[in-house]
Amino acid sequence: MTDATVVLVVDDEASIRRLLRRALERQDYRVVEGVNAREALASLSIDHPEVVLLDLGLPDRDGLELVPLIKRSGAALLVVSAREATDEKVAALDLGADDYITKPFDTDEVTARVRTALRHRARRETPAEEAVTAGDMEIDFPKRRVSKSGIEVHLAPKEYAVLAELARNAGRVVTHAHLLRKIWGPAHEADLEYLRVTIRAIRRKLGEEPQSSCIRNEPAIGYRLISG
Amino acid sequence: MNEARPDPDALLRAALREGRGRLKVFLGAAPGVGKTFEMLSRAAERRDSGVDVVVGVVETHGRAETAARLRGFEVLPRARFAHRGQTLEEMDIDAILARRPALVLVDELAHTNAPGSRHDKRWQDVEELLGAGLDVWSTLNIQHLESLNDLVASFTRVRVRETVPDRVLDQAEIEVVDIPPDELIERLREGKVYVPEEASRALGHFFSKSNLSALRELALRRAAQVVDTQILEMVRAQALGGIWGSGERIMVALSEQESAAELVRAGRRMADALHAPWTVVHIETPRSLQLGDGARKTLADVLHLATQLGAAIMTIPAASVTEGLKLAASEARATQLFVGKSARSRWFELRHGSVVDRLVREMPGIAVHVLPLASMPQAGRSTSGPVSPWGTPRAYAIAFGLTAVVTALGSYITSLGSITNVALLYLLPVMAAATRFGLRPALATAVVSSLAYNFFFIPPLYTFTISDPQNLITVLVLLGVAVVASQIAAQTRDQAELARASALQNSTLAGFARQLTGIRHRAELAMLLCGEAGRLFDAHTVLLRPHAGELSVEASVPDGAQIAAIEMAAAQWAFDQARAAGNGSDTLTASEWSFHPIASGDQVHAVIGLARRDAGRPIRPDQLPLLLSLLDQAGQTFERIALEEQMTDVAQMRERDRLRAAMLSSVGHDLRTPLTAVVGLLAEIEPANTLQREQISEARGEAERVNRFVANLLDMVRIEAGALQQSLEPVDLAEAVSAAAHDLRRVLDEHPVEIAIPPSLPLVRIDPRLFHHCLINLIDNAAKHGPAGTPIRIAAVRKPDGIDMAICDEGPGVPAGEEMRIFDSFTRLDGSDRKGGTGLGLAIVKGFAEAMGLKVRAENRRDHTGARFVIGFPASLISPASAEDIA
Repeated sequence: MTDATVVLVVDDEASIRRLLRRALERQDYRVVEGVNAREALASLSIDHPEVVLLDLGLPDRDGLELVPLIKRSGAALLVVSAREATDEKVAALDLGADDYITKPFDTDEVTARVRTALRHRARRETPAEEAVTAGDMEIDFPKRRVSKSGIEVHLAPKEYAVLAELARNAGRVVTHAHLLRKIWGPAHEADLEYLRVTIRAIRRKLGEEPQSSCIRNEPAIGYRLISG
Repeated sequence: MNEARPDPDALLRAALREGRGRLKVFLGAAPGVGKTFEMLSRAAERRDSGVDVVVGVVETHGRAETAARLRGFEVLPRARFAHRGQTLEEMDIDAILARRPALVLVDELAHTNAPGSRHDKRWQDVEELLGAGLDVWSTLNIQHLESLNDLVASFTRVRVRETVPDRVLDQAEIEVVDIPPDELIERLREGKVYVPEEASRALGHFFSKSNLSALRELALRRAAQVVDTQILEMVRAQALGGIWGSGERIMVALSEQESAAELVRAGRRMADALHAPWTVVHIETPRSLQLGDGARKTLADVLHLATQLGAAIMTIPAASVTEGLKLAASEARATQLFVGKSARSRWFELRHGSVVDRLVREMPGIAVHVLPLASMPQAGRSTSGPVSPWGTPRAYAIAFGLTAVVTALGSYITSLGSITNVALLYLLPVMAAATRFGLRPALATAVVSSLAYNFFFIPPLYTFTISDPQNLITVLVLLGVAVVASQIAAQTRDQAELARASALQNSTLAGFARQLTGIRHRAELAMLLCGEAGRLFDAHTVLLRPHAGELSVEASVPDGAQIAAIEMAAAQWAFDQARAAGNGSDTLTASEWSFHPIASGDQVHAVIGLARRDAGRPIRPDQLPLLLSLLDQAGQTFERIALEEQMTDVAQMRERDRLRAAMLSSVGHDLRTPLTAVVGLLAEIEPANTLQREQISEARGEAERVNRFVANLLDMVRIEAGALQQSLEPVDLAEAVSAAAHDLRRVLDEHPVEIAIPPSLPLVRIDPRLFHHCLINLIDNAAKHGPAGTPIRIAAVRKPDGIDMAICDEGPGVPAGEEMRIFDSFTRLDGSDRKGGTGLGLAIVKGFAEAMGLKVRAENRRDHTGARFVIGFPASLISPASAEDIA
């Protein structure tokens, strides 16, 4: 098991650490644990984890402070927090966290998110994928072509840009602010209307209803493309 | 810093100014507040974050905490040098310059160096360090600041010789190190404050509470001056409800005419229009001493009115109105002056010149507004004037006696030899009478003197005949001297009288103001005011303040004074109307007491009552301005106390909010952790058969329900605490519904969700999180009440006045009459207990929806197939964005 992927679980609750350890070990990850920020930082330089699951409510330091430090180590980072803490999640994502998991969580969901995060981490080192599929939607990056059930769908440039950005981060949440900044420019970071209307147009052109769309809305946080 | 002289040092400094170091001064009100300790603590933070900090010089004064704080710093050794056989120590500037740290700590900026040092003063050393580009932190007590030195010495009676020029502080960043006076006095008692032996006695007085309060105020004010004035303006605008923005300052000059009230109101209007501070000034000329009671009363009323309208009041004694106004205008830095012009006769103006003309001529740069006023009422001469113009019989006796003495002396001198100028001797009694007793006794003395001179010295002797016209001149001169000398003397006397009265009044007010600075509580203020007013006006005093809507006695002198019901009515009237009532006023005059409101701006804080021990009029009209000034100051102090309390309240509220948030998040965390574990563990169990699979699934559904209850409880606490924080953003309703349905997917296994939201529906501006919780609760509620397998229908339609969204189930529906009660906390309708639930869900829907400006209602579906919950979005929440803006 020496070449197994190392996942660092940081949480001050032993029961949560045990739960995550068992779920992850079933998927053949090697799990190391940290009880607080100090242990987490130590483990970061000793165990070189590839993924970190970080509870933001730590006893010794604000979990948000650790986000940039963990990102600097190159590990993929998933933050774990309560449902109400939307601002905290957005802050963590803005600081570079790859995704978030809401307590109480499904362990299946956690392992799926870990896989997604690892895939994206690997992609940084290898050439980008040429195509991403989500259900019967396919996006072909070199050709800038989007098709639904094999039929080409014509998207306006901004619509394509939004969909492409979501597809490049398939499976991960992308914050509203990130999308607006990247596609409309920093001056429009708060113009959420633009994004809402554009997403609506994409869904319409793809012939999808919001509840069955491959683009999932995460209230007050962002959008996520459900790939596969 | 003389830039004109080509001083090589100055040139060097100018060249270096770009790279000049920054000075930070830890400013304290008095020794012992902890400046050095604070400086070291803050420097330790800098040091720990990697800044190169060295200690140039720090005096620990043997304080253990300070010494402990000093540990861990690099302390440069002091320079030693010999001076007249003594070895002296001072900060080693050259060592610091050679060491070149980023930040140097130099304690006690005002320190005087030992003789023989490079600079006389330590602040000069600091300037050199700053000039060399080093940042310097230093400490200073406020009384060492040059411009405040005299002021501090005047009330502390301790003069410090070591001063620092103001410009040093002006270029520095200031940090005020502040502890309450009581705490400092406590520290002094515990011996924690360093006091040099020889100064300890003087300092005992120095450390009185009132001195410390005043010093503290000086330090804070000084720091505020240097701090960005905009911040100050902002604080003022928030705290006092107005901004003095225009730089204009209005002054209204009062006379004792009744119509002066118009003038005051005109000044107030201008002040309002310009957002300018305004002052009402009364110039006390010798003439005003002769005013009758009626005119005094008018004046006092107008001053009172001005106070209530928010003016600052000034009374300035001066020889003439013009002179007084010039003085007042420069003191108040007035830019606009309002004066009234009375309809005087043309002859009067020709003789005396118009005051207005002179003002305009002599006060350049000030806009003078002239308002026509009704003519001067016939001011009855004061019946109790200070000096009767006829003088006393004693005055005549003395003057005539002196004349007799002079005559005898003259006779004696003439008997020694003929001296022609004997007449000059008679100037003595005339001058004496004129300066001591006034015009009429002087004239009488002049007449008697000339008669005596004529009788005893002018030939023919011992007759009143004048043969030589030259002698007639002597008589006239004596009369003239009597007139001129008596007038000059009278003027001087009147001026002195005015100045004395005014000085007394000012010192009283200043003393009172100083006592007020130390006051923190209303009861304390009430006691002080009662005591002071009782002493000044020799009266019984009582102060009433509203408690739970009713006035009651807060303090009195003598203690325990009671006031009758009728007096209470007068007090209440004075409080409600913000005008004086009772004895000596126009209202409820039967009262023995005279009640005056204590107000600031439009707000009346309290009422003070005064009563004479002999049941006479409590306040003479000429005392009224002093009383009003006292009450004005007291009113401002009441306001200050109220503001301070508000600030404390805000601080406490913040603390409560912080605690609540901490508690909420900890409860959320503590409940959710075991829930997460339960859900996770259930997921791990491999079911052996269908039954187990169902059991596990059910257990999991219940665990998730508990989780929703926890969320609901937390939400309810937030609603009831009024702690909902919203961040509005445009929300697509179709998306919001699908997100909620996704979160509830396990509950909705048994209920297909039909969504009918047109894609053209506009976005609405709401808080997405609160709305998400609303939807979760409404959909959950629909799932709970609809039989398994029945669909939940969610539809939204555009209406002329907004958007309606309906969540419909196929359950039993809402019992008639329960449509609103259903939204109350812990309401479960009959027959629904079986379904579980705390009855919180719908209350949360209502709480959140109303917080966002949405309306919710419950009704039965028209076809009676179930209940229907409608959320109404008003048109004002509809986001105006359209697709054209975006592409």
